[in-house]
This record gives sequence, C-alpha cells and structure tokens, in this order.
Amino acid sequence: MWEQLAASLTDGLLLGFVYGLAAMGLTLIWGVMSVINLAHGPVIALGMFGTYLLFTHLGLNPYLAVVIVAVLGLPAGFLIYGVAVHRVINAPHLSSLLATFAVNMIIIGIGTAVFSTSPQNIDFSMGTLEAGPLTVPGTRFVAAFGAVLFTAGLYLFLYFSRPGKAIRAVANNRRAAELMGIPSSLILALSFGLGTMLATAAGGLIATFFPFTILSGGIYELKSFVICVLGGLGHPLGALLGGLILGGLEGLVPTFMPVSWVPVVEFGLFVLVLLVKPSGLMGAK
Amino acid sequence: MKSLRWYPVILLVVLGLLLPGAAPSASAAEKTVVIGFTASKTGKFNVEATRQINGLHLWMEQVNAKGGIKLADGTVAKFADKYYDDESKKGRVQELYTKLISADKADFLISPYSSPLADASAVIAQQYNKIMITTGAASDSTYKKGFTLVYQTYTPASRYLTGAVDLLGKLNPAAKTLAIVHEKDKFSTDVVNALKAYAESKGYQIALFEGYDSGTTDFAPFINKIPQPVGAIMGGGHFADTTTFAKQLYEKKINASMIALLVAPPEPKFAELGEACISVVGSSQWEPAAKYSPEAAKKLGMEYYGISVADFTKSYQAKYGGETPSYHSAGGYVAGLLLQKAIEQAGSTDTAKVKAVLDGMNLMTFYGVIKFDNTPKAHGLQVGHDMVYIQWQKGKDGKPAKEVVWPAAAATASAFVCPVRK
Repeated sequence: MWEQLAASLTDGLLLGFVYGLAAMGLTLIWGVMSVINLAHGPVIALGMFGTYLLFTHLGLNPYLAVVIVAVLGLPAGFLIYGVAVHRVINAPHLSSLLATFAVNMIIIGIGTAVFSTSPQNIDFSMGTLEAGPLTVPGTRFVAAFGAVLFTAGLYLFLYFSRPGKAIRAVANNRRAAELMGIPSSLILALSFGLGTMLATAAGGLIATFFPFTILSGGIYELKSFVICVLGGLGHPLGALLGGLILGGLEGLVPTFMPVSWVPVVEFGLFVLVLLVKPSGLMGAK
Repeated sequence: MKSLRWYPVILLVVLGLLLPGAAPSASAAEKTVVIGFTASKTGKFNVEATRQINGLHLWMEQVNAKGGIKLADGTVAKFADKYYDDESKKGRVQELYTKLISADKADFLISPYSSPLADASAVIAQQYNKIMITTGAASDSTYKKGFTLVYQTYTPASRYLTGAVDLLGKLNPAAKTLAIVHEKDKFSTDVVNALKAYAESKGYQIALFEGYDSGTTDFAPFINKIPQPVGAIMGGGHFADTTTFAKQLYEKKINASMIALLVAPPEPKFAELGEACISVVGSSQWEPAAKYSPEAAKKLGMEYYGISVADFTKSYQAKYGGETPSYHSAGGYVAGLLLQKAIEQAGSTDTAKVKAVLDGMNLMTFYGVIKFDNTPKAHGLQVGHDMVYIQWQKGKDGKPAKEVVWPAAAATASAFVCPVRK
C-alpha cells in the first residue's frame, strides 16, 4: 500500500511540474492582459510536433529540440497576439475569447491537414531511475527538472530584467505603467510571446514521454484552467503550486479508488476553490 | 454480276453500322459492383485500418484481374470501391454510410475498423437492406441486436483472450493471479468480461480489474496498482494505447509470468518498441505461419475457397513494398473474398440470394474456417474461426521476431515466461 502510494505520488508530482509549466503560460497571459487564451491547447500541441519534427527529421536531442521550440514559441506568440488579440485587447472579454478560439480552430485545422490525427511518438529513452519502491522513467524526471528550469528562468526574467519588471508593472496597472513611459503594446505582445513560449516548452517536454496528436493539447489546456484557478489566476508561482497539487491528486486518488474517479475529484476541488477562495491559493485577497 | 463485287463492301458498311450498337450491348454485360466502406485514414485506428484496407484493395485488384465474377444471367460483375475517411470517430460513421448507400449507390458494404464504428455502421446497413461483412470488429454484442444482414469475419471478443489463460496455465502452473487493465470501449470490455469469467472458472484470482479511457497516454496510475508479483497482466485495447501501455510496463520494470495484450502485438509495427516488445503475447486472428490449406479443409470435410496462405502473403508483400501482412490485412482481404464466394454461388448480386449463401456458408479460406451463426439470437456471429497466439521473441539476428506459440498444433516456437526485468 505505502509502496504503491509512494510510487504513484512520485509519478503524479513529476507530472505536476510539467502541468504547472503549461498552466504558467496561460496564467501569465491572463495576469497581464486579462485574456483567456483558448489557443493555449493547440500551442502546446505545436510544441509537441515541433520537438517531434526536430527529433525525427534533424536527429536533434529532444531536449535541445524543446529549447529551440520554446525560442520559436516567442515569435509565434507575437504573431498570434498581433493578428488576433491586439485589436480586441480593450474590447469585452468575449471578443478576445472568440478571437483566441478562432486561432485554436485554425491551428487544429491546419495541424489535422498536415499531421492527421494519428498518434505520434518520440522514441527516446533516458533509462529508468530506481530508488526503493520507486521506478521512474528518466524522461519524466528530466521533464520535471526542465519545467523547474523554465520556471526559474521566468522568475529571474520577471524580477531582475527591465522588460520583466515592465511586464509586472503593466500587469499591476497598465495606465500607470504607460504614464511612466512603458510601451504597453510591446509589453503585452512580449507577455503573449512568453506565455506561448512556456506552452510550447511544456508541450515539447510532454512529448518526450507521452504519445500525442494535434488534439492532445486540449486535455492540458483543461488542466491548465483548473491549475490557474487553484493557484490563483495571473500568478505564475501559483500555477506551479496548482500543477503540483493536481499532479499529486492524480497520484493520490488512484491509490484509494478507481482511476476514473480522478477527474471527479479534480473538478470537485475546482468548484470548491471557486466557492471558498475564488482568487485561488496564491491569489490576492 | 458487276454489282455483286460491291456486296462485300455493302456487308462491311452494314456491319460497321451495326457494330457501334453491338458495342454497348457487350459492355452492358459487364456490371460494376460498388463496395462501400469507411476507412480510418486518420485518428487512433489509422494503423489497423490502413492494413485492413490494403487487404481489401488487394482482393479487389485480384478478382478484377481474373475477369470478375460471371453471374447466372451471363453478366460479368467487376468490383469498384467507394470510401471516406471516418477519422476513427464513431460520430461520422452513420452519416458516411448513409451517403455511401444513397449517393454512391454502394451494392455491398464492408465495416469500418473497430467494434464501436462497425456497430454504428451495421444499423445503417440493416436499415437500407444492404449486406455488410464486418472485419476488424470482434465485439459479440453487435450480432445480438437482431440484425439479419451483418456477417462477422473475426473470432468474437468473448473468445479473444481466453486461450492466453490456457497458455499461462501451461507456461507457469504456479501462477494464480491476473491483473486486467483494459480500454473502456465496447470491444475491449467484451473481451475482458469474458476473460475474467473464464479465468475465474479456471481458479485464477483477479488482483486488478480496471478500465482506462480511450486515448489514455499515462498508464502509470494503473501500473502502480498492479501487485507484485503477479501471474499475468492482460488487457489493453487498440494499437495506440496498447503500445504505450506495453512501453510503460517495460519502463516501470513490472514483472509478470506473462503479458498478453489485445490488437497491438500481432502488428509488425509493434516490433518498433524494441526490447519492450520481447515476451509480450498477443492474440491474433491470423498469422502468415497459419496452416490452413485444401488438405486441412479436406480433413474437416469442408470446401477450401480462394487463395493460399503463401500466395496471399507473397502478393501482399509484392503490392505493399515488402510489408508483412497482419491479421488486419488478412481480415480486409477475406471480407472481400467472402462476398466474392457468396455472389459467385448465388449467381446474382441480389441481397436476398447472397444472404442465403452467406447464411449457409461453412468453408475454409487462407484466413481459417468461416461459418456464421444463423439463428435469430446471434445472427451473423462468427462461429467457425479460431484465434492463434503470438509471442515476440528474439530472432537469430537479435531483432524482435514474431512466433506463433498457441495452440500447440499451430506453434512455430515454444512460448517462454517473461524474463525478470531489473
């Protein structure tokens, strides 16, 4: 029993880091510009396919491919922001919701036409790490470590660089930031780019251990919403915490009940947080 | 007399005038029989469905190359196909089959791959009075709904993995527990429910019996629940999820005397798992090493019909770039072959006449024995065909090699207990 619990919890928590990274992109965009990005899932899937293509066609190490894909995610985010979000940024939320939903449909449509919906797989092994009752595939461990690195990088950027500080200023009060001479349009584009970058990185890391299709991002987008609400919308560190809670639950619940109960518990918690602490665990009071 | 010299010319002119009229009447003696189906060209059934369609296309090419089928009224029936991509989605199937019948005028239907999709399409076939040969669809329940025009080529799900329990008993008589992890779809659920009942009747204890959603990619929560040691791990679902399950069992270094999974192991593509596929057992509807022949049919006192096992394998490899046919390929071919036999014997493409032949069919083909239940209780259910079990072993070159290990009479190699993974 305890062995199963330890093994299951470890698997869940390792996955939780990657969930957290995926949710961080969503929460950053929401926090800075109050846009619910419905293109988040397909962008995660694009990260998966980008990593897959660099691995299979150019023979790159998948982790190097994840870095390249993440870097490419930045201009991709600029593009999505410029084409679909910028003009509706001050419009009611429904406009930006529909605009990002349109981007979602476009990416899925093109992705289905190009890649089909057949499952793809990055055939790469990092061996297995063993410690007592724990047997963890190396790819999951490296993915969790990668997620921590990306999170640390984001924090260093947000707290110790001028553009990062500008992002925080715009998130805090866009009008005041503009009065201080911060070009808010550029900062909003940069934030969207960073959010997209984090999503593609998460997708790339997930692709190193799970098979995927162009539709696979949907499930991680759904989890990202739960995580954002758990951790507090607009709070990147809260997203990581939320990811760990969700991953922990996914490890914990199957030990005591059938795996099919996991979503029931997850979404039960989602509703509970919305009722008791709508701002999330790390959100403002 | 002079005018008589013109007679041959006049005769030729008259014949020339008559021939254009004669030409259409010659072509009218040829009839195109449209075979309609949907194919999962994309989506999670892509691998299995592609092989199935490859098999069907090979049959069609061969029957047309031989001049088609001569019907009782002298007409020659040749075959053409019409199909759409169902994207491996049940939701698209009924709309597409209706289109195949109404707009494309399909004369006969072949099912899509997988039980849920075939089940959905069978309703349309019955509604529009069209004969459907199902292949790639093993679920028993489809044939217990009162359909009268739907005929199954696969051994039903209820007999899919029961042989693996017998094999386990022979391999490791000390094994007493089974962990069953399965996809929660119609086919896999039918298989494991029958498997569970059979294993319990043989005295095995079911240590884990749990289903996963279609499209699952993370099997760690299930694998962590498998008690160690366990006699055998059985279940799975379709190619994509079962392959991932087998890979993650290997990565997690789970030990069991036997790992027997559905659908994926008999596929040649399963060997791409490398070490992770070694020792995995799979139930197969057909293997190239199968020993069905006119001699075997004679011993059973039945007719042998169609191509031989060796010729099917050879012609399939020649057409598809050396690719070894899997049971999905054989299933596609035999679906067409059964229609051919029924139309040939009926001498007609009339639904009632072809149905009468199918109802009484009892013969052997390269794919095995074919006989349909013709009682109202389970009309069309396959009752003649049997499964074979394969195991991935290391070949002489060190690469994974697929061997038939059960039943003993058909075995090409002895099965072995899974080596301890450490």
